[in-house]
Amino acid sequence: MEKAVETTRLERFLDSDIWHSFKSNPVAIVSLIVTLIMVLSSAFAPLLAPQDPFDLANIDIMDSSLPPSWMAEGDPRFLFGTDDQGRDILSTIMYGAQISLIVGFASVVFSMVVGISLGLISGYAGGRVDAFIMRVADIQLSFPAILIALLIDGVARGIFEAHLHEQISIYVLIFAIGISGWVQYARTVRGSTLVEKNKEYVQAARVIGIRPITILHRHILPNVMGPVMVIATIHLAIAVITEATLSFLGVGVPPTTPSLGTLIRIGNEYLFSGEWWITIFPGAALLILVLAVNLLGDWLRDAMNPKLR
Amino acid sequence: MVSFLFKRLIQSFIVMFTVALIAFSMFRFVGDPINNMVGQDTTQEQREELREQLGLNDPFVVQFLRFAGNAVVGDFGISYKFKVPVSEMIAERMPATLELAFVSAVLALVVGIPLGVYTALRRNGVISKMVMTMSLFGVSLPTFLIGILLILFFGVVLRWLPTFGRGDVVDLGFWTTGFLTKSGILSLILPSITLALFQMTLIMRLVRAEMLEVLRTDFVKFAKARGLPDRSVHFKHALKNTLVPVITITGLQLGSLIAFAIITESVFQWPGMGLMFIQAIADVDIPIMAAYLVLIAFFFVVINMIVDILYYAVDPRLRTSDGS
Amino acid sequence: MELLQINDLKIQFPSRRGTVDAVKGVTLTVKPGEVLGVVGESGAGKSTIGNAVIGLLEPPGRVAGGDVYLKGEQINNLDRDAIRKIRGRRIGMIFQDPLTSLDPLQTIEQQLVETIDLHLKLGAEKSLERAIDLLDQVGIPNPAERIKHYPHQFSGGMRQRVVIALALCAEPEVIIADEPTTALDVSIQAQILELMRRLCREKQVGMLIITHDMGVIADITDRVAVMYRGDLVEEGTTQKILGDPDHPYTKSLISAVPRPDVRLHRFPMVDYIEKEEDRKKDFDISTHWLGQAQDFDAVEGSLVSVENLVMKFISKEALLKKNRQYFTAVDNVSFDIRQGEVFGLVGESGSGKSTVARMICGLYKPASGSVNFGGTDLTKIKSETELDYYRRQMQMIFQDPFSSLNGRMKVMDIVAEPIRFHKLASSNQEVETIVLDLLEHVGLGRAAALRYPHEFSGGQRQRISIARALATRPRFLICDEPTSALDVSIQAQILNLLKDLQEELGLTMLFISHDLPVIRQMCDRVGVMKMGQLVEVSETETLFEAPSAPYTKELLSLMPKLDKLSHSGLEIED
Repeated sequence: MEKAVETTRLERFLDSDIWHSFKSNPVAIVSLIVTLIMVLSSAFAPLLAPQDPFDLANIDIMDSSLPPSWMAEGDPRFLFGTDDQGRDILSTIMYGAQISLIVGFASVVFSMVVGISLGLISGYAGGRVDAFIMRVADIQLSFPAILIALLIDGVARGIFEAHLHEQISIYVLIFAIGISGWVQYARTVRGSTLVEKNKEYVQAARVIGIRPITILHRHILPNVMGPVMVIATIHLAIAVITEATLSFLGVGVPPTTPSLGTLIRIGNEYLFSGEWWITIFPGAALLILVLAVNLLGDWLRDAMNPKLR
Repeated sequence: MVSFLFKRLIQSFIVMFTVALIAFSMFRFVGDPINNMVGQDTTQEQREELREQLGLNDPFVVQFLRFAGNAVVGDFGISYKFKVPVSEMIAERMPATLELAFVSAVLALVVGIPLGVYTALRRNGVISKMVMTMSLFGVSLPTFLIGILLILFFGVVLRWLPTFGRGDVVDLGFWTTGFLTKSGILSLILPSITLALFQMTLIMRLVRAEMLEVLRTDFVKFAKARGLPDRSVHFKHALKNTLVPVITITGLQLGSLIAFAIITESVFQWPGMGLMFIQAIADVDIPIMAAYLVLIAFFFVVINMIVDILYYAVDPRLRTSDGS
Repeated sequence: MELLQINDLKIQFPSRRGTVDAVKGVTLTVKPGEVLGVVGESGAGKSTIGNAVIGLLEPPGRVAGGDVYLKGEQINNLDRDAIRKIRGRRIGMIFQDPLTSLDPLQTIEQQLVETIDLHLKLGAEKSLERAIDLLDQVGIPNPAERIKHYPHQFSGGMRQRVVIALALCAEPEVIIADEPTTALDVSIQAQILELMRRLCREKQVGMLIITHDMGVIADITDRVAVMYRGDLVEEGTTQKILGDPDHPYTKSLISAVPRPDVRLHRFPMVDYIEKEEDRKKDFDISTHWLGQAQDFDAVEGSLVSVENLVMKFISKEALLKKNRQYFTAVDNVSFDIRQGEVFGLVGESGSGKSTVARMICGLYKPASGSVNFGGTDLTKIKSETELDYYRRQMQMIFQDPFSSLNGRMKVMDIVAEPIRFHKLASSNQEVETIVLDLLEHVGLGRAAALRYPHEFSGGQRQRISIARALATRPRFLICDEPTSALDVSIQAQILNLLKDLQEELGLTMLFISHDLPVIRQMCDRVGVMKMGQLVEVSETETLFEAPSAPYTKELLSLMPKLDKLSHSGLEIED
């Protein structure tokens, strides 16, 4: 008898078109590496950063507003220069990226959980439930994510006292960005669920007697995750941008724990006095991070839709 | 057609109703409206009197209907901070935002659609690849960063263009415009580019994707097999079919320009509604926030109606039912 | 001189797993007024030939060698503009799907006039006249008015007529038709083939028709070229190929075609194509789990009987319930299925036959009427757990082997799911043993269990579907067009398997098909459906030899004749 050869998940992955497309796409490889470097260096910022910029003991006001180290007045200790209080820009970027990424990832997960659940229910149940969820989604779509996040933040300011608001602002931010992003997931998942639920493998499961909740979880969910991963990647970029924008507008995280957006806002005030490095380097870090994630998302979308190649 | 429009009108009404409800709830339940209107030295009696006067003791439904009725005629109450009617503040600032959004919308469409078509038709061309790479920068650069970079380059380094405010405006009585003065037009350049860039790249990528989709359809293949020249296949058959789905999404995108203007306005200190809204959030000035929310929803609903009518005009499948 | 000559054509598709030779040196000729059929199963490479001739091969496919001549003039080396002038003008194309072949945003007039004016330069007025004349020729009633309509206002058959009119616009010398009737119902298919045949004769046009359907070949062609995996294996007159083929592949193919004229005991398998794995039966079915009786109530008379079934779908949604418009898909249908018989339901698409099946197995809830299983009305049962007892007795095999298996699950888990759900085995070990036995029993082999569905061909997947359906040890099996997505040779294997299993396990079956010859081979009794209604129920042989309903007679008359088919080596049932 033929020897039973089990196809493992790893083998399946290594044989997949996705992996092959990744291997032969230098842009995707570089993007992944850059993303990983950014994520890891910010996650381990306390170990890797040259300085803890928020520990007053480390900061010397005499070092303030130094240009990058390669410029005439630069100091070799501070690669990207220092800000007006003498903090090392490179270190603030590493710490700032940490906040940006935490908010980004957390809001993506939040959006995903809400969006996927509602999308599955909407698509599978149909009828009134579907109509209601999709109407809510339509109404929310009439407002750009940034406006919804701003409003939620504004309402939170009205409800909580100032010092309390400062403490919980990061959670408010995650909630605000997360809730403004669920519609995309819900619509996509609903669309795929409508397609999948009419496929014969779902009907076969129903004929066997499998209950709807198991069908959703075991059969439909795994088959709709492809497009969701593409959206999640691109949404991570959008979430990081939204967080930065909110912080730039002064309604995001408090200045005591600055994110990349906060750093750019602070630096923006010094732009006209010629201290461009305070704002440009955090800006460049933000751009590189978002660009890398977007390139990954772009590649993933093309790889999952082979028709486009 | 009539029943279609009627259905759409009902949907628009539901949207406006929901948004008004949210706006009213914000107004009513976030903070105490009385505390925000009066000073520290107001007595409890005076407060109660004011409360009664403003109808804050009436049932919820009555209060909401009053709010909605006032909103319909453009009355959103008085700003907590500035103590002037919100409607006046909005009327004063609306022209600035609408002119900015209009110029950006035109820019985004006029550049975005042709670029999308071009990159789809010359999919593997060098220029297409460059444009596509640039467009990724376009979506990856946050709007405020684009603004800062433009200011740094054209304002600080080259000193060519103004970097804040609207410049000189002409007051037409009901409208103030920056289109009629040189400084007004110069002041528009950087903000409108900033605001348009993101939408432009989105529209371009959307048009490209849709166009590629249409170029793969059977009817395009059949048109080629009948010997029709590329010009006809691409522009007569493919482009028109591309525009059908593009119209909806583009409409939504352009609607969001007005709200996106918040960021641009605060980077360029543009005296529009967005800047006012941002300041209102920092001050928790609820009447302004509520009014802005309702206004944005209104613009959205109007744009959506226009889009639906356009859709109707373009797609015969909606106009004529199955006649066979 | 030959009208169209294709010499030693080679077409390749480079892919990351190596270059695929789709066409490996094929030589074909077409004379004026002649219809040449190119027949083959999927993967034979036939469908790329037409596109290659007019230079529209889709990338990454490319012509790797060979020449094409039109009236002695070489056309495969022309530049873009020159070949474009031949397309539509001298060679017309007809594609498979009429629903997607026309630009939805332009009227028929705009599309016809543009094409006519481009090629014949008649000017707007003359072009319109010609367009209306063409529509008349292809049999569109009231052409002067209909020409103003958009494609969506025409039915599928009418649209294919418009497509043919478009292909005929400039009086081409050759027409290449790629599966022109595959997307259409039999009755429409017969009309369209008749139209094409007539136009070919009248205008002395040469036609190359590419198809997988032996019925089409028998109906319309003068000569046939048989392709197998990129090679031309045999060519000759239609009479010769169908009646007395030489090549073993052609023999195998012909013997697998379901016959409309006689009922065979089994399809004779000439295993040229896909070697059927031996169905190892190393266990005695009567002592094995699969053959053991379950705790089902004994039934006398009919096992399944449906009474006055009605199903309505909402065709136009409205806010108010009274304004909704309904489409009656199944209209008052009643029939019985006797214990141990194979009951067939036949009808064209949209006749409601699949809807009936879906109501019986509980996928749709009927608007009214009852489904009785062993005397119990299933539509009255509310409790899910109570329904499970009946679900176990009744399983279904679906049409599309590519969507009927969940691609994210291993075959083991797919087949084990019903056993685990209904708790039919006491341990995981036992479940696995049962699944492996089942896979072997449907002719797949044990190794299949550890693989994913995408690693299997369409026929193999249908075997997995059958194994899954058998895994509850049902006594009633619904087969909804189980072979209509398969090639004929694979279809023959699957039908043989179903016949064998039905005998071994004593299954009762509801067999749904649009294909009358298949019905004749499989069923004991048949119900004929038309637009939601059951027009006739008869014993199969009675139905084919002496139909009573006028609609049945019409369907039988439209059936491809295939009377030229060879009869050698068949076991004919009497």
